[in-house]
Amino acid sequence: MMHNGAFSDPERERKLFARRLFVGTLLTLLLSLVLGLRYFDLQISRYEDFATQSNNNRVLVRPLPPPRGLIYDRSGQLIADNRPSYNLTIVPERSENVEQLLSELGKLITISERDIQSFRKKLTRRRPFEQTTLHVNLSEAERAILAVNGHRLDGAETSARLIRHYPHRDLYAHVVGYVGRINERESQTIETVKYSGTDSIGKVGLEKFYEKQLLGTVGSEQVETNARGRAMRILQQTPALPGDNLTLYLDTDLQRAAFDAFKGERGALVAIEVETGGILAMVSTPSYDPNLFVTGISQKNYDSLLYSKDRPLFDRAIRGQYPPGSTIKPLFGLIALQHNIVTPNYQINDNGYFYFEGIDRPWRDHNFARGGHGDGVNLSKAIIESCNIYFYGLGIKTGIDLLSNYGSQFGLGAKTGIDMPGERPGIMPNRAWKKGAHGQSWFNGDTINTSIGQGFMLTTPLQLAVMSARIASRGDVRAPRLVKSINGIEQTATQVATNIDIDTKHWDYMHQAMQDVVHSRRGTARSINVELDYKIAGKTGTAQAISIDAEDKYDSSKLNKNQWDHALFVAFAPAKDPKIAIGLIVENGEHGGSSAAPIARAVFDAYMASQESATLATK
Amino acid sequence: MHRNDFVRQLNNPGGDRRPSRVLHLDIPLLLLLLALCGIGLTVLYSASGQSIFYVKRQASFMLAGLLAMLIMAQFKPRFWERGSILIYIAGLLSLVAVLYFGVGAKGAQRWLDFGFTRFQPSELMKIAVPMMVSAYLSRRHLPPQFKHVFIATVATLLPVFLVARQPDLGTSLIIFASGFFAIFLAGLGKRYLVATVLSALAAIPTLWFYVLLDYQKQRVLTLLNPGEDKLGAGWNIIQSTTAIGSGGWSGKGWTQGTQSQLNFLPESHTDFIIAVLAEEFGLIGVLSLLLVYLLLIGRCMMIALNAQTQFSRLVAGTLSLTFFVYIFVNMGMVSGILPVVGAPLPFISYGGSAIVTLFSGFGILMAISTEQKRI
Repeated sequence: MMHNGAFSDPERERKLFARRLFVGTLLTLLLSLVLGLRYFDLQISRYEDFATQSNNNRVLVRPLPPPRGLIYDRSGQLIADNRPSYNLTIVPERSENVEQLLSELGKLITISERDIQSFRKKLTRRRPFEQTTLHVNLSEAERAILAVNGHRLDGAETSARLIRHYPHRDLYAHVVGYVGRINERESQTIETVKYSGTDSIGKVGLEKFYEKQLLGTVGSEQVETNARGRAMRILQQTPALPGDNLTLYLDTDLQRAAFDAFKGERGALVAIEVETGGILAMVSTPSYDPNLFVTGISQKNYDSLLYSKDRPLFDRAIRGQYPPGSTIKPLFGLIALQHNIVTPNYQINDNGYFYFEGIDRPWRDHNFARGGHGDGVNLSKAIIESCNIYFYGLGIKTGIDLLSNYGSQFGLGAKTGIDMPGERPGIMPNRAWKKGAHGQSWFNGDTINTSIGQGFMLTTPLQLAVMSARIASRGDVRAPRLVKSINGIEQTATQVATNIDIDTKHWDYMHQAMQDVVHSRRGTARSINVELDYKIAGKTGTAQAISIDAEDKYDSSKLNKNQWDHALFVAFAPAKDPKIAIGLIVENGEHGGSSAAPIARAVFDAYMASQESATLATK
Repeated sequence: MHRNDFVRQLNNPGGDRRPSRVLHLDIPLLLLLLALCGIGLTVLYSASGQSIFYVKRQASFMLAGLLAMLIMAQFKPRFWERGSILIYIAGLLSLVAVLYFGVGAKGAQRWLDFGFTRFQPSELMKIAVPMMVSAYLSRRHLPPQFKHVFIATVATLLPVFLVARQPDLGTSLIIFASGFFAIFLAGLGKRYLVATVLSALAAIPTLWFYVLLDYQKQRVLTLLNPGEDKLGAGWNIIQSTTAIGSGGWSGKGWTQGTQSQLNFLPESHTDFIIAVLAEEFGLIGVLSLLLVYLLLIGRCMMIALNAQTQFSRLVAGTLSLTFFVYIFVNMGMVSGILPVVGAPLPFISYGGSAIVTLFSGFGILMAISTEQKRI
């Protein structure tokens, strides 16, 4: 056979391989020697040390789960606490006959076939001295029965652990959230040691956002065991440190007033303390009972929540995005005043239609069908009666750039930065946004739609409340916050940006116009001024849930209720010295004035009542 | 070549009709494997807290493994050489599938669930990578040129990264080692060897900062200072070294180990089972087991040296060296000289898929071993 360098040479390859395998063998032997020496070192050279250590090693280290931090409302009422839950466990070693014990227990309390099956399964994998759970969540009666019969039940024990409990049930479900079993995905990201002894974790709401603070620090105890490994005596304990307690700005009285005022309608309300940015109430209805989730919700219960058409699990307050409708008008009015685009004296004649040059089809005023608001509509009247035609013109003259720029300063179109997970940003449209989202340039028609809070514009109820608070505080830009203090340490609410630059006289003008929305004869929210001993400033809004052609008339009687317009309301009180600002929506509530404003009134009333009793108390 | 074949024909005129030949069994290899299984079941009984349940299950895994080995041994090495690219690609695709549809436990996604059975593609790769790299290189002139080394390296690193993403650092290391051994045995130039070692050293900071997850870093730190983390990973090492050390020369006796019996030793029936053996059978037990392992590896290397084709040689050599890596990583980790990665002790640790994979690998070795007599 002929070969030179270019052809393969089997013999040479074989020899090369043999040499390499020889190197591999040497390495194998060398590393085996390393292993042998290591085991020699442990087992022979240091035998005495380890033998002693092993003899003393009757000591087990067990984790002690920390109690989770508590959550209080601003007045110290418990919103989330921990309650003992009792499980029935069996230590097989200590029972003479496990089968007999099972049937004995079955006679005393109801134990499902499923419990018994999963118990048997666990039993094959456990050691005889370990506790194996048979039944969870014993009732008080069951515990009593077991205690009375304890002498006949060798090997059965009730063991207590703390589980999360939400005393207000559905009232705070969306804000506070709930804890649940750690799932597979979460177990990838958590630090295992911190969670040894704990099997639950914050899933949504504050429970999730403040998980780190609420969790606490796991402790440990050293337990002496007997020869069979059962714990006999606690030798040393490093106690667990409870999680931090949270005190919220939320006020249970206000929360309750808001929740009840919705009377089961779908919607959301956020109330903000103007001075601090603290959230006084945050409601999304319908709600659910978070206690269901703590020890694992049944599939049936979960499905009924998940597939309900009212979507109770959905947090409308921070995740629901709706067109703000006319509630945006005070803000746009302020911009136009500040930039001298309109003056208080500027008036238009409103015949119900708005024509824009180059476009044949007119914009129509859906709010007022009787041929418009007539002559002499100035800014104040346009706010009080909610005149769209006035704002079409105002919007066009102001231009989308200014509207959008100020909109952001008032908290629109971006997450507000509240201390809660899952907030949605809404949309404050502008040229760049439209280019990015739709690949189109901005048209004047878009500005016209935006000027009455329709078109692309979307806001969350939280954003409406933030906008309302910033108008109330005359431009004080604060991030909304839920947590007031952690373990008694006040969390300082910080101003996130400098004051919005608008002249005092314009604020005065707009506050007066908004007050007239509620208190004047033609105001759209006049229905709530009955027997009112303080002043409310507000603005109603209506947002279309479906689109309607210019010539068609909106007629709720012809539509399903879930196609009715959404009713919105932003407001603050007292009008002269604002303390509390509100943003709220009632889904398919039709008119801000009739269905949304009364809910705000109920919350304001509750607030004023609590202020009054507080003043009385200090006297 | 021709002469050799002729001589073999003369020595083996009517073919070999012994049952071991018909079944393509290598008797020394088989006996050593059975010895390991016996040791494994004995230690497992004690390590599982005298649980017949575990022993029975493990025994049935071993039977399944033996069956797999027998089947693998029936195909000629030529078949494996041709099929290796397909097996490799199938393995690679299923690794990608694992990242998207995989199921798993304790934060790692390692399994594909087919409803009736579960399949762990990274196990397949432990065999597919050495076969693929061997098949590829054996078709080139050896020692391999840079281009071929490069392609073989890429073929190795792809599954290594995919498995590391699951994350399963132990298995990904094993796969890396198997690919590297195949290239090394094929005659990787000395310059490349030096370059490989240097780049491996250079890769350490990258691994530390970008690849390793926090808990994996923690394990490395724990190795340096086990007292630091008594409830977590440090606990394992403190307990396992105590168990090993207290075994002494001859151990405390079967099922008499206090460390393991009293539940101080975590994972005592899986990754940390060598500590049970060391505690109950002492250094003598440990060295005996090591000896059986080395005899097994020695036999495999004989098979490699006598193999007929370059492919057979490379596969046999690679599988035997890789087998040693399993042993070294596990025994090193339990005795506290290597960080804790998930790596079972072959044939001794409890676990089904690892056993079936191991036996399959030895099935290929048997196919290679029995081939030489049939030409």
